[in-house]
Amino acid sequence: MPKDNATSAPTVLVTLPRALLDLFPGAEKQLEMSAATVGEMIDALDARWPGMRDRLCDTTPRVRRHLNIFVEGRRAALETPLPEGAKIYVLTAMSGG
Amino acid sequence: MASKTLVLIGTKKGAFVFESDAARRSWDLRGPFNPAWPINHVIADPETGTIYAGGGNEWFGPAVWKSTDLGETWTHSSEGLAYAAGETPVKSVWSLAQCGSCLYAGVEPAGLFRSEDGGESWSHVSGLRDHPTRPEWHPGGAGLILHSIVTNPNDDRQIWVAMSSVGVFHSSDRGESWEPRNRGTRNDYAPDDQKYPEFGQCVHSLVMAANKPERLYQQNHCGMYRSDDGGREWQSIEAGLPSTFGFPAAAHPSDPETLYLLPLNGDQVGRYMPDAKAAVWRTRDGGKNWQALRQGLPQENAFFGVLRQAMATDKHDRPGVYFGTSGGQFYASADEGESWTCVAEHLPPIYSVETLVMKG
Repeated sequence: MPKDNATSAPTVLVTLPRALLDLFPGAEKQLEMSAATVGEMIDALDARWPGMRDRLCDTTPRVRRHLNIFVEGRRAALETPLPEGAKIYVLTAMSGG
Repeated sequence: MASKTLVLIGTKKGAFVFESDAARRSWDLRGPFNPAWPINHVIADPETGTIYAGGGNEWFGPAVWKSTDLGETWTHSSEGLAYAAGETPVKSVWSLAQCGSCLYAGVEPAGLFRSEDGGESWSHVSGLRDHPTRPEWHPGGAGLILHSIVTNPNDDRQIWVAMSSVGVFHSSDRGESWEPRNRGTRNDYAPDDQKYPEFGQCVHSLVMAANKPERLYQQNHCGMYRSDDGGREWQSIEAGLPSTFGFPAAAHPSDPETLYLLPLNGDQVGRYMPDAKAAVWRTRDGGKNWQALRQGLPQENAFFGVLRQAMATDKHDRPGVYFGTSGGQFYASADEGESWTCVAEHLPPIYSVETLVMKG
């Protein structure tokens, strides 16, 4: 499992949904990274796979309406802080027809 | 001799490509490509064969997809395809148009973007949304969408766009400034003394006549129209048609007098084929006279609609005409609409149809 460059930010474990992985060849389903907030985590994902921020956030800016990001089991927003060792799930909501 | 004919289909569940030879008697279907994405419009660069597909996904937002190998592999981008923070975000891409080396994208909520690097990144053509009428733009049934982009092949500074429930706007300076061009088009939903406003008409599609950039045709929610001065004045061409309501319009690729329309029975009576009998209507004289083309089309129980971008012609010497229905049927004619074949019946709802003829 790859790990981001070490920083003073907490190290967290991120799990991405398959529908997102399909858009970014080579993207990993689960990875460790360093980020202090959900917004920083998305910045780090975008640095690794350019364009991923646009898929996860709109320009309000906020997490897209039909996506959910859970931090330690609770739905999170961009400003939600990440504790050391947090498990983060990016999930697609039930949507469409 | 053309060696390959492609019909590019945008649907609720991705893009498809029909492929045939110059004779266009049989078709092979490839796809769906990017099936998790509703694709509103698919076009191809006639010089390079690069395919672009615009759409929006409920999870992941708007994007323009690109394939340089006729659909085998795709990449996507929405870099720059965004309004400023705090504005209602771009929800989806509705229309695409190539103008020389530039690519334009029309989006929901209505706005225009330009790419100068083949769809890799986009910049907002902000002059349109800076127009003083913008606070009074209101969405139509499909939303506040910019669905038609027409450029002048002889002057890349000239752009026309059409937005539902807003009307036609024109720029002569590459999008820096705009003016409404709706004079003569009717708004049946306004009080009697306000039926011909400066803007607010519900244009459904806008096309340019071949080899005659000053001539435009439009299908409106309230009538069919022709302009011979770049949209400054519009004349009704609805006499002789079975209704004043429909969505798509397709121009002949070489004859500016020939136009194809697909009138539906009416906006308040079901919006399907008139009398449930399918017909494409063709004029050969700029809208003075109309002929129903029915051979090969269902003449009973045709309760389908055809959406605004779902009809196109190809560029063969004897052009083909194509349309896709909201029920997923795809019809093709290789003889300018004289006769039709149902090529596919079980596709997802078809949002757009475009063509690409590749010379051998």
